[in-house]
Amino acid sequence: MDLSAINPVLLIASLMVAATPLLLAAIGELVVERAGVLNLGVEGMMIIGAIAGFAISVETTSPMLGLVAAMLAGAVLSLLFAFLTQFALANQVASGLALTLFGLGLSALMGQSYVGIKPPAMAKLDIPVLSDIPVLGPILFSHDPVLYLGIALTGAVYWFLKKSRGGLILRAVGESHDAAHALGYNVIRVRILAIMFGGACAGLGGAYISLIRVPQWTEGMTAGIGWIALALVVFASWKPWRVLLGAYLFGGINVLQLNLQAAGIAIPVEYLAMSPYLITILVLVIMSADKSGAPASLGRTFHASQ
Amino acid sequence: MKLTKLFTSAAVALGLATTAMADTTKVGFVYVGPVGDGGWTYEHDKGRQAVEAKFGDKVETTFVESVPEGADAERVITQMALQGADLIFTTSFGYMDPTINVAKKFPKVKFEHATGYKQADNVSVYSARFYEGRAVQGHIAGHMSKTNKVGYIASFPIPEVIRGINSAYIHAKKVNPDIEFSVIWAYTWFDPAKEADAAKALIEQGADVILQHTDSTAPQAAAQAAGNVITFGQASDMGEYAPFPRVSSIIDDWAPYYVARTQAVMDGTWESVSTWDGIGAGMVGIGEISDAVPADVKASALALKESLADGSYHAFTGPLNKQDGSAWLAEGETAADYGDNGLAGLNFYVEGITAEIPN
Repeated sequence: MDLSAINPVLLIASLMVAATPLLLAAIGELVVERAGVLNLGVEGMMIIGAIAGFAISVETTSPMLGLVAAMLAGAVLSLLFAFLTQFALANQVASGLALTLFGLGLSALMGQSYVGIKPPAMAKLDIPVLSDIPVLGPILFSHDPVLYLGIALTGAVYWFLKKSRGGLILRAVGESHDAAHALGYNVIRVRILAIMFGGACAGLGGAYISLIRVPQWTEGMTAGIGWIALALVVFASWKPWRVLLGAYLFGGINVLQLNLQAAGIAIPVEYLAMSPYLITILVLVIMSADKSGAPASLGRTFHASQ
Repeated sequence: MKLTKLFTSAAVALGLATTAMADTTKVGFVYVGPVGDGGWTYEHDKGRQAVEAKFGDKVETTFVESVPEGADAERVITQMALQGADLIFTTSFGYMDPTINVAKKFPKVKFEHATGYKQADNVSVYSARFYEGRAVQGHIAGHMSKTNKVGYIASFPIPEVIRGINSAYIHAKKVNPDIEFSVIWAYTWFDPAKEADAAKALIEQGADVILQHTDSTAPQAAAQAAGNVITFGQASDMGEYAPFPRVSSIIDDWAPYYVARTQAVMDGTWESVSTWDGIGAGMVGIGEISDAVPADVKASALALKESLADGSYHAFTGPLNKQDGSAWLAEGETAADYGDNGLAGLNFYVEGITAEIPN
């Protein structure tokens, strides 16, 4: 039992890293669900992003190009889902599950020649002067750019949904696609754009794991983060800042429990291991006591003739 | 009439097909991770490929990867048996009960379960004495650590993992009395992100040696990023991280065993056995010790390896006490494989380790 072994500054810095893939995937899925589409393929899009980003950055030796490729790959894969659900009017749950299975398989195939290769390192921003500030420096000012992008994206999504006209249309589509259609908005187009945004975010989240957090490629390396992102969106009652809170809480407790174990704290390991899930759910459930429910059209298929 | 005729010819065709198939021996493999994990499952799959290379057309191998331990495993194993497998290797500890359950339903199919301890008429068990490799790791770790802190990423609290922790600790302590072990239980065999986080947590708390009993190379990458931390390859050589941070490795070599067992099924000489081989028999290999290790340490590590291989030294030789201070092995006594306090069911730490085993 030696709590002094845990350095709180490093702990906070590494929890932000651990939370970022989850945050990115969840914020993308939030926009998708606010548009009334339930895409269960987050895990599949993440893993495709992970391998696409990894492969491109290895080939071009540029991590930035890899991240862009990951977003593209996620968005392209999500187009498959968009086609199935928006044009073929397939069931969204089934299509989403299929997307995950497909993504996992395809990524394993694509990644066969990339096992055991080291990717080019992503430079940390290390903002001069600021990153030398004790305590605050390592926490706030010496991360990789994607981590800041995740936070900025949360703010942008909040602003978009709450304050912009586009966000109003997107929410209208999600709440009642018939009404939005009657007003003359193109429901299908809005939804496809939302699905692609979700795919790009998930792809970026996946690439964050394979390029920055781990960094290497192994099959199945997203290991269920996509599913946690899906749950997080629900427990955060479809609100961006709560997604951020939930992601940091989950990442934080995950990192904390590993640190507690390493320091030999006498709490049974099983409780520590389940604590991130329990505490995150508990906090978000308590917070969602105000009756903000799911978008009313969530998961329903739309066709103009119906 | 026509219908009966159709059925008859179908039955004949089926009969012909089965006789044609009878020449090939079907061997199935159930893996806990993906074949591309670069560690545990990767080495099992190399064993499978060796079987194919050896017997060519006479065997047909199939595998299912990333099978969760538990109820899903039972379904997968049953499916394999239904599809006509003659021999099925289940390659993770958690497949023990599922394997036994399925074996009861298919008495003619032969099963081989890795790292478990439940045998049946048609179920063999096999494992490798990884703890011999851990002894060599511990020896190097004890010499190399400057902070005297060794981080250990453990998977599940089962005898195999506990043996490894004990063996590494005993031999690190022997060369460095101040050494301390921090153990993180990851509760997974394979989760690169979690393994990376665990390695980072250990490094942040001052560990400069990371030992892992999980299957991915993520801890190696984390150690490399930290810069002054050494690691050992687990299950596979993980040579892409040599010469630093990976300074050596434990390599599992299943190929000779898989070939021999397949041959036994072909010859009709297969019997249920319990195999537990170590460095001496070649089931456990020590990957090349890199130049990052000082020459004298390398020499003494190799000497330790030799003494383990020829049997002149046992990795668990007394005097050793259990963690609670009670006596385990007297001076010069070596640990028995089975029975009370035997290695097969080892469920306690040796004296000196401060952590607790979750139960």
